[in-house]
Amino acid sequence: MIEQIFTPWRWQNLFTEWPLLLRAFLTTLEAAVLALLLALILGVIFGLMSSSHHRLPRAVARVYVEFFQNTPLMIQLFFVFFALPYAGINLPSFTCGVLCVGVYTGAYISEVVRAGIGSIPRGQFEAAYSQGFTYLQTMTLIILPQTVKIILPPLVNQCVNLIKNTSVLAMIAGGDLMYVANNWATNGNASYGPAYLICGVLYFCLCFPLSTWARRYEEKLKRQDIRTPEEVLETEAMAS
Amino acid sequence: MLDVIKLVKVNKSFGGLHVLKDVDLEVAEGEKLVIIGPSGSGKSTTVRCMNFLEEPTSGEVYINGELLTHKNKTQIVRSSIAMVFQQFNLYPHKTVLENLTLAPIKLQKVPKAEAEERAFKYLDIVGLREKANSYPTTLSGGQQQRVAIARALCSRAKIILFDEPTSALDPETVQEVLDVMIRLASEKNITMVIVTHEMGFARQVADRVIFMDDGRIIEQGPPEHFFTNPTEERTKAFLSKILR
Repeated sequence: MIEQIFTPWRWQNLFTEWPLLLRAFLTTLEAAVLALLLALILGVIFGLMSSSHHRLPRAVARVYVEFFQNTPLMIQLFFVFFALPYAGINLPSFTCGVLCVGVYTGAYISEVVRAGIGSIPRGQFEAAYSQGFTYLQTMTLIILPQTVKIILPPLVNQCVNLIKNTSVLAMIAGGDLMYVANNWATNGNASYGPAYLICGVLYFCLCFPLSTWARRYEEKLKRQDIRTPEEVLETEAMAS
Repeated sequence: MLDVIKLVKVNKSFGGLHVLKDVDLEVAEGEKLVIIGPSGSGKSTTVRCMNFLEEPTSGEVYINGELLTHKNKTQIVRSSIAMVFQQFNLYPHKTVLENLTLAPIKLQKVPKAEAEERAFKYLDIVGLREKANSYPTTLSGGQQQRVAIARALCSRAKIILFDEPTSALDPETVQEVLDVMIRLASEKNITMVIVTHEMGFARQVADRVIFMDDGRIIEQGPPEHFFTNPTEERTKAFLSKILR
């Protein structure tokens, strides 16, 4: 049985066509980097908004977070790729993928940023305001730099999710790793086994170092007895 | 003489809790004002209204004759008022020197070299020049509070508010902070408003002592009169509890 899935010639075919896979791998990498950039920008903006004292920005951020966290990424992608053209908006599949994965992950990152800001003692805000810093200066010079250390682990975990989620590009012919591997596998030679295996290994190579680093870093923080954003969220949940 | 701080009928409520009730108060230029009272009496809130960390529910706050509003508070606070907190509130991600130079460089556009020169001058005054490149968390509480005082001085603000500056300190480090404040009190042109429980210190530096209870100013006067001949029953009761 197993031999039929993993016969040598199937592997051979795969390795002779490695430039194809490499290009796909680079496409995935590129999509991930661009989407991450977008997600970070959105995450910080909406994270700040949900930490605001004013109701309106908080409400807007809430709607953004709840909407994107509670609908499947796939539907968001299909909507943008298949439905928006009827409204005259035609985006290339790669752009669609970056946009959707970025906006989707941005919702999660904004929650991480919000929790990070929530973990900074009130006195830090007061010290900044008492010196005459504006709200934006307080955030960029004093509060956000202090959150970086504590939000890094959850941020990296979101980055790992983002990398894996770029595989939705395969559904709209995005030319990414998942798409090319799938194409190759179904292209008459039925080499599903090697194709998906190599594909998985490549994703693993990207994600494993990141998540390992995040776990180690978090353990280090715990030893230093710094409150992590997860703990802040937990206490918030208990309080409410 | 000009009143550098003036509170007119200031009220402050937190939800249903009415913490300041029609507080009227003037502080003269260069005056050293000490506010005492039991916890929950509104003394911290009074001081925090002076730089709008708390915005009064009603009433007016004037700084150097100018009405403080939500709009102009940042500008006025930046140039005129500094604050020292109970919990020091130094920026933990910055060195002592960076804590001192951040506001001058970013807000007053002082060149970096000049800001650092200024910082070292005030670090000398609080006796911590050798800690310039340390991070706040490596310092003792007393040292952190002295850095916080140096940070307040670096702004060159003429009004400095102290909100229970020694209450979070270990007993053995209280005096080093008080010593710095006593030295500071000899500066004629700096106005100091100090909330404290250190009565000996209050007697030593105050031009005027205010006793607050239940959100109101109950009694005020020069320290010699205040501590020896208080007229109000509540003042007497408080002092007898605290001066044993």
